[in-house]
Amino acid sequence: MPHASGYFRTTYGQDTRLVDTRTQRVAAGAFICALIALPWLANPFVLDLANQTLLAVVGAVALMLLTGFAGQISLGHAGLMAAGAFCTGILSKELGASIWLTLPASAATGALLGVIFGLPSLRLRGLYLAVSTLALHFIVIYLGHEYETRRGFSTGIVIDPPRVFGWELVDGRAWYVVFLIAAGGTVLIALNWLRSRTGRAWRALHGREAVAEALGIHVPLYKLLAFVASSTLTAMLGCLFAYYRGFVSGEAFSLFLSIQYVAMVIIGGMGSIAGAVMGAVFVTLFPYGIEWLVGLVSEALPEMRGLQNAVFAINYAAFGLVMILFLVFEPQGLAGIWRRVQAYFLMWPFKQKPLSGGGK
Amino acid sequence: MQLVVNIAVLASIYALISCGYVLIYRVSRVLSLAHGELMMLGAYGLVTTASLFAAQPGVAVAAAGLLAAATGALVYWVLMRRMTGEAVLAAVLATIALGILLRGAMVLIWSAQVQHPARMLGFDNPVVALPGGARLSTISLLLVGMNALVYLALWWFLTRTRYGIAMRAAGQNPRLAAQRGINLHAVYALAWGIAVFTGGLTGILIACDAGLDATMATIGLKAFPAALVGGLDSLVGALCGAVIVATAEVLLIHYVDPLLSDVVPFLVLTAMLIVRPWGLFGSREELDRV
Repeated sequence: MPHASGYFRTTYGQDTRLVDTRTQRVAAGAFICALIALPWLANPFVLDLANQTLLAVVGAVALMLLTGFAGQISLGHAGLMAAGAFCTGILSKELGASIWLTLPASAATGALLGVIFGLPSLRLRGLYLAVSTLALHFIVIYLGHEYETRRGFSTGIVIDPPRVFGWELVDGRAWYVVFLIAAGGTVLIALNWLRSRTGRAWRALHGREAVAEALGIHVPLYKLLAFVASSTLTAMLGCLFAYYRGFVSGEAFSLFLSIQYVAMVIIGGMGSIAGAVMGAVFVTLFPYGIEWLVGLVSEALPEMRGLQNAVFAINYAAFGLVMILFLVFEPQGLAGIWRRVQAYFLMWPFKQKPLSGGGK
Repeated sequence: MQLVVNIAVLASIYALISCGYVLIYRVSRVLSLAHGELMMLGAYGLVTTASLFAAQPGVAVAAAGLLAAATGALVYWVLMRRMTGEAVLAAVLATIALGILLRGAMVLIWSAQVQHPARMLGFDNPVVALPGGARLSTISLLLVGMNALVYLALWWFLTRTRYGIAMRAAGQNPRLAAQRGINLHAVYALAWGIAVFTGGLTGILIACDAGLDATMATIGLKAFPAALVGGLDSLVGALCGAVIVATAEVLLIHYVDPLLSDVVPFLVLTAMLIVRPWGLFGSREELDRV
């Protein structure tokens, strides 16, 4: 992180440190305390929002690893989530398996699918890769639907709440703790990967494959690794999502969900874990913000009451619009805005253009 | 016999839609994933013009077609012009975002109910019996004919007219084309206009045949494997790809499982990507990074 008078890092140890000033340490501590305190202060609605956001953080960070750092496009994120969710649903329905079996099984399914999703990437790049992941998305969803209809769960698979150490996870607060651990764990894992050999290899791949290969990086291996890492995390997310909702159905994992995750990465800012978190928060809370706005408008202007029935469509349109605005005017995303604000205060009273791509 | 007819109709639908994908990709190397939504917009355009010119169906259809072409050029001028020179992913995502925006906006404007523009215009759609015991609706027949017409017209346009040749030049080497005095923005806008026009035409025909609601965008997405199987920059390829995908879809639905309908095009696509990623007739190219 650039500081007012330059970088002060003189050793590798300092360079890999996650927080390096006292202010940062205090801020991080306060942030963690606030996260821990939240479930005791919030009402159930806010708690549900927080839970959804934390789940989205897991998915967004996983996709960010793949797209933002390793540079591989995936439009099949929802398919991977569906794979984890269906794996959980099928195992708990057919075998009555507990979460201790379904979570690793989902992870294994995710890893396997990661290899399958990743194999085309060894031959295809850019557009064609995006298309192949899109195709796999539809295939995974089809298989899920097929299971539902064959077994007669045509409206979806109902899952009982899991028991962890004798506790039944039904309460929003209990779930909050689980999701907080999951999201925090994912962020930490991602950060650790990125400051180690693997992360450097991914960045090199993103930069230019031929050069990465010349540097001695095993390109196919690290590409597959990126896919496997990302899809394992995503499938585990799918498993948790299935338990949280208590219900698995193919409809929940539409193409729109994949696009939402891609939007989190874009809106958050490519190549930044903090960006992924911000993007997840933004995209998850966005529809509620729109709903609130529509509520305000229809209260102020009674003749606009009809809007309330169209909230869904307004959401869609506004979401598309915001995505376009970010793509056109702020390709660096929220992380870019954050960097610029930071630079503004650091440089004050001077003005300097933000360092392009600088900082973490 | 009925199966053959079904294949021909479905292949025509896919071919008509995928020529839009091919045209845009060939000229500007952008894959427009909003094509399904733009097609739907064309059909909704007919709903609007039909209520304006209910007495003259011909005028209504022509106006809807013009509207679609104008929309295409507008999309390029307002949105895609800013995305030229950006990474491929950004351009594709911009079209996806446009698709989402359009989908929401269309539901807002025309509601989510099923519309029947054919009824509004007073067309009837009698069933035609073909020799061999096959039956199909008049509009399906029209669709097959329209497909042949559009492809002939495109072939004539691209090989015989000044603007068509400029378009091919821009697709082959944009910088050189610009050097030779071709207005790239105009050519790109024209390509978008024609692509959305053909898409809108398809949308109009499908809407007249089967009614119009938000599910139409899915057909647009299903047609896109046809374009890719044939090769994204080849019109002949799009035609062959459409026939292959439609044949696979109709046969698998008939003999294996009707649920497969949504997934068959993508299965064919995956197979093609594994064997020959650039498609049957496409040119092998240096594929781009993110």
